[in-house]
Amino acid sequence: MSKIQVEELSVIFGKRFREAKELQKQGKSKVEILNQTGCTVGVSKANLEIQEGEVFVVMGLSGSGKSTLLRCFNRLIEPTGGTVVVDGNDITKISEYELREFRRRKMTMVFQHFGLLPHRTVSSNVAFGLEIQGVDEDTRIKKAYEVIKTVGLEGYEEKMTGQLSGGMQQRVGLARALATDPEILLMDEAFSALDPLIRTQMQEELLQLQEKVHKTILFITHDLDEALKLGDRIAIMKDGFIVQTGTPEEILTHPADDYVRAFVENVDRGGIITAGSVMFKNPSAVRIKQDGPRAALRKMSNAGVTSMPVVGDNGKFLGFVKDNDMKEMEDKGLRDIEEYMYTREEVTAVTSETPVAELLPLFLDTNLNLAVVDENRKLIGVVVHSSVIAEMIGKERSEVKQIRQEGGIDL
Amino acid sequence: MIDIPLGDWVEQAVEWLSANASGFFNGITAGIDGMVTGLQSALLFPNDYLMIAVLAVIAYLMTSKGHKPFTKGAWKSAWGITVFTILGLLLLQFMGYWQETMQTIALILVSALIALVIGIPLGVYSSRHDAADQVIRPVLDFMQTLPPFVYLIPAIIFFSVGNVPGVVATIVFSLPPAVRLTNLGIRNVQQDVVEASRAFGCTQRQLLFKVQIPLAKPTILAGVNQVIMLALSMVVIASMVGAGGLGQAVYKGILKADMALGFEAGVGIVILAIFLDRVTQALGISRKQVSDEE
Ligand SMILES: Nc1ncnc2c1ncn2[C@@H]1O[C@H](COP(=O)(O)OP(=O)(O)OP(=O)(O)O)[C@@H](O)[C@H]1O
Ligand SMILES: [Mg+2]
Repeated sequence: MSKIQVEELSVIFGKRFREAKELQKQGKSKVEILNQTGCTVGVSKANLEIQEGEVFVVMGLSGSGKSTLLRCFNRLIEPTGGTVVVDGNDITKISEYELREFRRRKMTMVFQHFGLLPHRTVSSNVAFGLEIQGVDEDTRIKKAYEVIKTVGLEGYEEKMTGQLSGGMQQRVGLARALATDPEILLMDEAFSALDPLIRTQMQEELLQLQEKVHKTILFITHDLDEALKLGDRIAIMKDGFIVQTGTPEEILTHPADDYVRAFVENVDRGGIITAGSVMFKNPSAVRIKQDGPRAALRKMSNAGVTSMPVVGDNGKFLGFVKDNDMKEMEDKGLRDIEEYMYTREEVTAVTSETPVAELLPLFLDTNLNLAVVDENRKLIGVVVHSSVIAEMIGKERSEVKQIRQEGGIDL
Repeated sequence: MIDIPLGDWVEQAVEWLSANASGFFNGITAGIDGMVTGLQSALLFPNDYLMIAVLAVIAYLMTSKGHKPFTKGAWKSAWGITVFTILGLLLLQFMGYWQETMQTIALILVSALIALVIGIPLGVYSSRHDAADQVIRPVLDFMQTLPPFVYLIPAIIFFSVGNVPGVVATIVFSLPPAVRLTNLGIRNVQQDVVEASRAFGCTQRQLLFKVQIPLAKPTILAGVNQVIMLALSMVVIASMVGAGGLGQAVYKGILKADMALGFEAGVGIVILAIFLDRVTQALGISRKQVSDEE
């Protein structure tokens, strides 16, 4: 079962939320509801499933309802309808007391503007969650020192938080959230207030930390690059609706609508799209034992290609052959294609997880295609140049071909 | 023309109260009287010069807060008011107003203390309940704008004459800033800090005592300062209903057209005002703030 399950979650701000809810049922848009009732729709019938240990990113433009959605998880905002089930407990139904215990032990939060207590030291800020639980001072300060070390702030324990830089303050915020050993971390634009450089660094560190602590993390951002970098899965929000949920790659390769497409258009795709999604699957291949040059040539001309992978037993990838080599062999009356095959020393195979950005350099040394293999070196696909280039610039392959034909100048 | 006898109604209400709730008012009278006379005797108990020394040390320690005691920095920020306290109080002692001065201090402290004990919780309450805030606000406006002479009359009816009606009138007059500034201070605490604290599972009590009050402290203490200064400004008026101290000396001066008496006691009030103002202003300075800069 999933760690967190959100069903039909809605938040409507305003006095006339009942009317607004009716209109919402009728499928009226956010603007229509605002005009008719004066109520703002924060979140509209959101459905999500978040797995234990994953980093789940919610992304969307400003005002799309990300913060509101997140705050329903610990009921800093009370949902108008729907349920949030965490480990089988419906959070929207629990009592004040249970809610406090839930916030104290299970789910903590990191805020965009840190939300630290300015009248306290770093260690006392970090120990705050434990203090609230009633943990005695020695124990909680000891724990705070430990966590402060984890986030790389050793030596700053007794400083006042106001004396720290933004990046350091957010480390304190993170440490405070980790100090109670919660299972779930909510992070609302946690890195958005930081300089780009510090921000990148914090992202890296969060990922490294996650390797160690394996929390379930809900991360909010309006930055797609951040979402793609951190998220195991991403949900994209627009006007209170969740318009798409999927892995970074799914979002990039199959945007659900024009909104998502516009979002992903300018992203640096090379690092995320993998060979698996640009390759031609089940390619025809030359069989090393059975096929001679003639058969190879026929296969190539049937497929309309000038080179083809060679496989051995069980479809194991061995190398490539080119059509002009095969012609030469036929002319000379040779049979064993292995002699003219580009072997594994000369060609590189990749796995389906290799990002396309890493494929490009491999094309530099050769005019052969790339073979994609599985863990047993079985051939599963072929990647051609134009697909990779198309992916990198976010265009269709046919468009790339056209550009290539029209773009050159005749000499 | 319609004749609305508002004054008559108030009078009837006041009479009804004094007739039917006399036990309650007697209790209050005894309580306040006890506090004032107790504090007064305590202040007058030590030798005058010893008391001056004590007050000077208090002034020094309060205004040098934030610096390590007895360092150059501490002396630099505190020497003015310390010297002033010694000279000012010596002057009052030499002029023969020592007893009146201590009486006035006692009256002010008791009034201010009661005003704070009522006002700060009320301020906390109205910071958390918008409805309460909306009721309390106009009442405070009313209390502050009504000329203080007007509530001397019911004060006499309920508490007869002497220190007690003076203290009560002073409380009514000086209470509003305690409520207002506490309310304001708590409402102005950064919302993201409050939200973060709630997210970590604070109870309302924890939120109040660990977050809101500490962060609102400078504003609340500004309220404390204002309450004390307003209480001081009431001493002459309070003496019209029989409260003692320097205020009474000024009042006598007015009645007898005795310039010398009025002036001497007036100077005494100014000296006390400066002392109390500087010392209570220093309440707001946090220790940590300054000591890290040194
Ligand atoms: N307390 C509130 N009262 C009324 N409307 C609100 C409230 N909080 C949020 N909203 C509205 O709900 C919608 C969603 O706001 P929300 O803060 O969740 O957006 P967001 O995606 O987090 O945006 P940002 O990136 O700017 O933080 C917005 O239209 C906002 O104006
Ligand atoms: Mg937000």
